Amino acid sequence: MSRKKELLSRVGLRLDGRRADELRRIRCKLGVFTQPDGSAYIEQGLTKVLAAVYGPHQVRSKQKAQHDTCIINTQFSMAVFSTNERKKRPRGDRKSTELSMHLQQALLAVIKTELYPWSQIDVYVEVLHGDGGIYPACVNAATLAIIDAGIPIKEYVCACTASLGNNDIPMLDVSHQEEVIGGPTLTVAALPMSGKIVLMEMSQRFHLDHLPKVLDKALEGCKDIKAILDEAVKNHVREMGSSTGWANTTS
Amino acid sequence: MSLCDAEKTFILHGVAENFRSDGRDREGYRPIEIETDIVQHAFGSARLRLANTDILVAVKIEVDTPLPERPFEGKIEFFVDCSANATPDFEGRGGETLAIELSNILASAYKSPKTFNLKKLCILKGKKCWKLYVDILILECGGNLFDAVSLAVKAALFNTKVPLIKSVNIDGDNVELDVSDNVFDCERLDVTNAPVMVTVCKIGDNCVVDPNLAEEQCSVGSIVVAISQEYFSTVTSIGIGSLHAQTLCSSLELGQKVGIRLNEALMDTLSHITSDQDFGFLK
Repeated sequence: MSRKKELLSRVGLRLDGRRADELRRIRCKLGVFTQPDGSAYIEQGLTKVLAAVYGPHQVRSKQKAQHDTCIINTQFSMAVFSTNERKKRPRGDRKSTELSMHLQQALLAVIKTELYPWSQIDVYVEVLHGDGGIYPACVNAATLAIIDAGIPIKEYVCACTASLGNNDIPMLDVSHQEEVIGGPTLTVAALPMSGKIVLMEMSQRFHLDHLPKVLDKALEGCKDIKAILDEAVKNHVREMGSSTGWANTTS
Repeated sequence: MSLCDAEKTFILHGVAENFRSDGRDREGYRPIEIETDIVQHAFGSARLRLANTDILVAVKIEVDTPLPERPFEGKIEFFVDCSANATPDFEGRGGETLAIELSNILASAYKSPKTFNLKKLCILKGKKCWKLYVDILILECGGNLFDAVSLAVKAALFNTKVPLIKSVNIDGDNVELDVSDNVFDCERLDVTNAPVMVTVCKIGDNCVVDPNLAEEQCSVGSIVVAISQEYFSTVTSIGIGSLHAQTLCSSLELGQKVGIRLNEALMDTLSHITSDQDFGFLK
């Protein structure tokens, strides 16, 4: 047991120099592409994700159309060069299908689908570099792309991972290196303002005594991420608005 | 995108008068932006934006065994992935036919030893060689994919650094490679002869290069020529429609002329890129 690498050093620093409750650096941009109705790019540490939103538009296959709500179609794909080992296929494997379903689940919780009967919204995410926390980065990128597309949502949906270091200290935003070394990982997608959880997933096992504090930490992370995304959205809107002249009043 | 007859006529007349809908002449390209070294964990990478077309290329290198019939040569493989981000038509397996078409043309353009010397990638005759995986990701489609992809591939190969092998130990059938520990100890690939592709599109009675999406719709036939220095390495006709033999020859000439100029411009730009200019998607 002593030979196993510790996730937290004695002074409380992690392998990449962060403290237990610190996120990796998040950088994001809305409107990276012109053809989709909404697009966004996000970097969480080294994890890089592009998201594109098409729609709402007519439903492509007639049978799936709903009279009272719109359907949300998601596709997750990972560039073959996104991991250290080259991947064989960019999509279509079990993990990708699972991640697209989870993404759909998170988005269904926030998009006001009842406003678009007989329609469809396509959300595509493309991972350019996977370095831990792929799902959270995808959810955050999709949220930004949906905001860029101007689709009404109830509130932001943000996702974050948390883990348990040294068997007792909750750690935020787990990197790939920390995932490999071990320790359980908890992934949470939440509505940070109302504090509701739309998706929770655990790998390995947590002791029931530890779960609440790790969950709290993850929710705190979601709130932090929401603040960062909100800032980016406001900056983007200010920039877009200043070109039309209506935002000139802001200092 | 679907155009009505009036729109098609507008484009047709523009091409006939050598003044296209976006102000270019028949031999003009749209602005091209290029960045290298954008995927940090790849051996070489490039991102190219030709107006709305966005291509990301990363090169990964692995050790492999040479083919028995070509013991002195390394390997190169092209893989194209049409991301659904580009258009919803590519969702699921929708982009597969286009992807295969693109990777086949690239493979045949790089096949000749005069365009790209695979012998440099051999480590030990018949036993070990480098295999280059050139992975192309199409992020946005704004017409003229072939040209954009070939330029991006050339830029990524230009940027690729192959690790240096310090020594090779042979123990019976086992071959051990001793790769230099210093990450900066590496070799650049020689891409001076690597082909660039030019799509020549026949619209009305004239041929144009770099068609945008609307112009692609009006074309009666197009051919892709891959030019390596001043030689053709591949010529393929794509899409539907047919060309008269005479038109074919004149469009080949146009393709060659433009290809040589394009190659010069690309090599000139690549030689001026310094490592501190990259912004990636956050620009």
